[in-house]
Amino acid sequence: MKIGMPRGLLYFHYGALWETFLTELGLEVVTSPPTNKRILDLGVKNCVDDACLPVKLFHGHVEFLKGKVDYIFIPRIVSIKQWEYICPKFCGLPEMVKNTIKDMPKMLLLEHNLHKPRSNFIKGFYQLGASLGFNMKQIKNSYRKAVQSQSTFEEQCKMGVIPWYFNKASLKVSKNREHTITIALIGHPYVLYDHYANMNIISKLQQRGIRVITPEMVLEREIDKHAGMLSKPMFWSFGRKLYGASMYYVKDFSVDGVIYLSAFACGIDSLIAELAERKIRRETNIPIALFNIDEHTGEAGMNTRLDAFIDMVIRRKEHENNLSTHGKYIYSC
Amino acid sequence: MKITFPHMGNTYIAAKAFFEGLGMDVVIPKPCNKSTLEIGTKCSPESACLPLKVNLGNYLDCIERGADTVILSGSCGPCRFGYYGIVQKEILKDMGYDIDFIIIDPLQDSLKRFLQPIKKLFTGHSLAKIYKVGRAAFQVVKEIDELEYMTFKIRPREKRKYETDTVYADFKREVLKVTGPYEILDVIRKYKQKLLSIDIHRGLNPLKIGIVGEIYTIIEPYVNLNVEQKLGNMGVEVDRSLSISRWIDDNVTRRFFRPGHRENEVERAAKPYIPLCVGGHGRECVGHTLLYSRKGYDGIIQILPFGCMPEIVAESVLPTIRKDTGIPIMTLVVDELTGETGYNTRLEAFVDMILRKKERSKSKCTVDI
Repeated sequence: MKIGMPRGLLYFHYGALWETFLTELGLEVVTSPPTNKRILDLGVKNCVDDACLPVKLFHGHVEFLKGKVDYIFIPRIVSIKQWEYICPKFCGLPEMVKNTIKDMPKMLLLEHNLHKPRSNFIKGFYQLGASLGFNMKQIKNSYRKAVQSQSTFEEQCKMGVIPWYFNKASLKVSKNREHTITIALIGHPYVLYDHYANMNIISKLQQRGIRVITPEMVLEREIDKHAGMLSKPMFWSFGRKLYGASMYYVKDFSVDGVIYLSAFACGIDSLIAELAERKIRRETNIPIALFNIDEHTGEAGMNTRLDAFIDMVIRRKEHENNLSTHGKYIYSC
Repeated sequence: MKITFPHMGNTYIAAKAFFEGLGMDVVIPKPCNKSTLEIGTKCSPESACLPLKVNLGNYLDCIERGADTVILSGSCGPCRFGYYGIVQKEILKDMGYDIDFIIIDPLQDSLKRFLQPIKKLFTGHSLAKIYKVGRAAFQVVKEIDELEYMTFKIRPREKRKYETDTVYADFKREVLKVTGPYEILDVIRKYKQKLLSIDIHRGLNPLKIGIVGEIYTIIEPYVNLNVEQKLGNMGVEVDRSLSISRWIDDNVTRRFFRPGHRENEVERAAKPYIPLCVGGHGRECVGHTLLYSRKGYDGIIQILPFGCMPEIVAESVLPTIRKDTGIPIMTLVVDELTGETGYNTRLEAFVDMILRKKERSKSKCTVDI
């Protein structure tokens, strides 16, 4: 039996978990290729206009897989931590896909819902396995392996490896280069690691000799510490992560600059980016740039902004401590 | 402590009744207008949703007139509304206003966090008095909603055009002149009588349109460009799926005083399409659409602010409902750039369309446009 796995949305975070689980059950997993022009076009055509780019891309991936597989795997991620949520579109993702894509093949639903106390993670996996006729033991075994590979993946991220897992072939990274500048790239995983959607921003930065760090590399403990300073607990798991990570990078890690990569019409980014930006501007003097991507983004404009931002960061770093003939520092710090 | 709150339809009348009943100082924002929106848009994040921007416009208007505390209801996700207070506070702080926000969140994991803002608001008032005034204010909410829903029914049937509008405008003017819940109730009741005495065409069977969508945009008339009034004056009877009193019934009364009754009619109806809560009023939107189609309404209009996350889920489900039930559905997305002419054109076209559809099925119906 062939299961189609759309390479979109939280595949970029839970890909290892889902793929391992299904493969361990003995199913054939067909993952859609990395996003390309055709998938983007399919997505834009087959989705409601108001949705954000990542959701459109997900629709594109589903449309791409349609007809090639027996089942399409769609996650319904309501919550991954108690009292927290993910964006509402993730709760209703199966409904959105089912009702907008014509002739949808059978869907394989996996629900992650940890919102209420005493809910557990494995329940969704049982339901999925049972719907395909597997017994408890098989499901439990595959689940254990899946969780293992997910935690291996997360550990690797924490050690500072950018998760190329998803896109090994398309990127070549020079490893042994001396980095003088570190930039924190903040954004949802499906924006940061979808290299077509963000026009290869990570490798663009790396080619310019910049060390890129992302929220995936921050320890949960640090995120909790920094996000805990908000006057009301953040109820979006990813919002909390992005906010906590950017505060950690700015305050405890002393990065040279922050780039916030957000998807146009992303509800969570619209508020988190605003909160983070205001806080960073008010309390530190670290430069921050907000990049908004959507399906129309022209690459040249993005390059120009990126270059300008990097030049500014470099000059600032190199010349900041030069004594000025003006008699006092030009930069206030 | 000078209290203010954002506008949302006629809620301000009930809020005024409540806080005045407790003897607090209230600053009521001016009715939302162009400058509210402009100021709000200027200082908000550009891709935030429209209600956040309009709210900010309201606050700034009141801050100029001395308000120092904002009262806002909260939520615990997943809709963005739950984080409005925090973001708005930060924005105001950067603008140089140190405003106190009292955000009343639903009870979740910590009782202390739930009670803290309530305590802050009500120190120095006896529980008995709060209960008494609260009940009166709830009565005000209910009766205002009744009055507003009466205008929906009377407007398409009135013999002299715009008579309902005139009475309704008079009511809004007069209600601000009195203080306290009981006087306000008297005014509401007086105007209900006035509405009932309007000369109407009895036996007329106008087109019926149900309005569904995001709660703020369908309740706040400035944001939805007076859609009920416009449709009413085109001779269409409208019904709005959500109102403040229904919201209070669902979220306060049902939760605290009648536990056990968790699933209501609307949620049951929506179940085949959206089985779980997707935040905001996404599921309610779908449920109400189905209920309206069962009640024999001629069309549905969904209104949402641009980028509203839960409503986008609902929006992508609605085409299937249109196919399954055959009811015409139109989606209107509003934001700070919405042009009134284009909006009117779409409304008129929609009304024309459902009228033809109805004529084709040879039922009796008249609309004077």
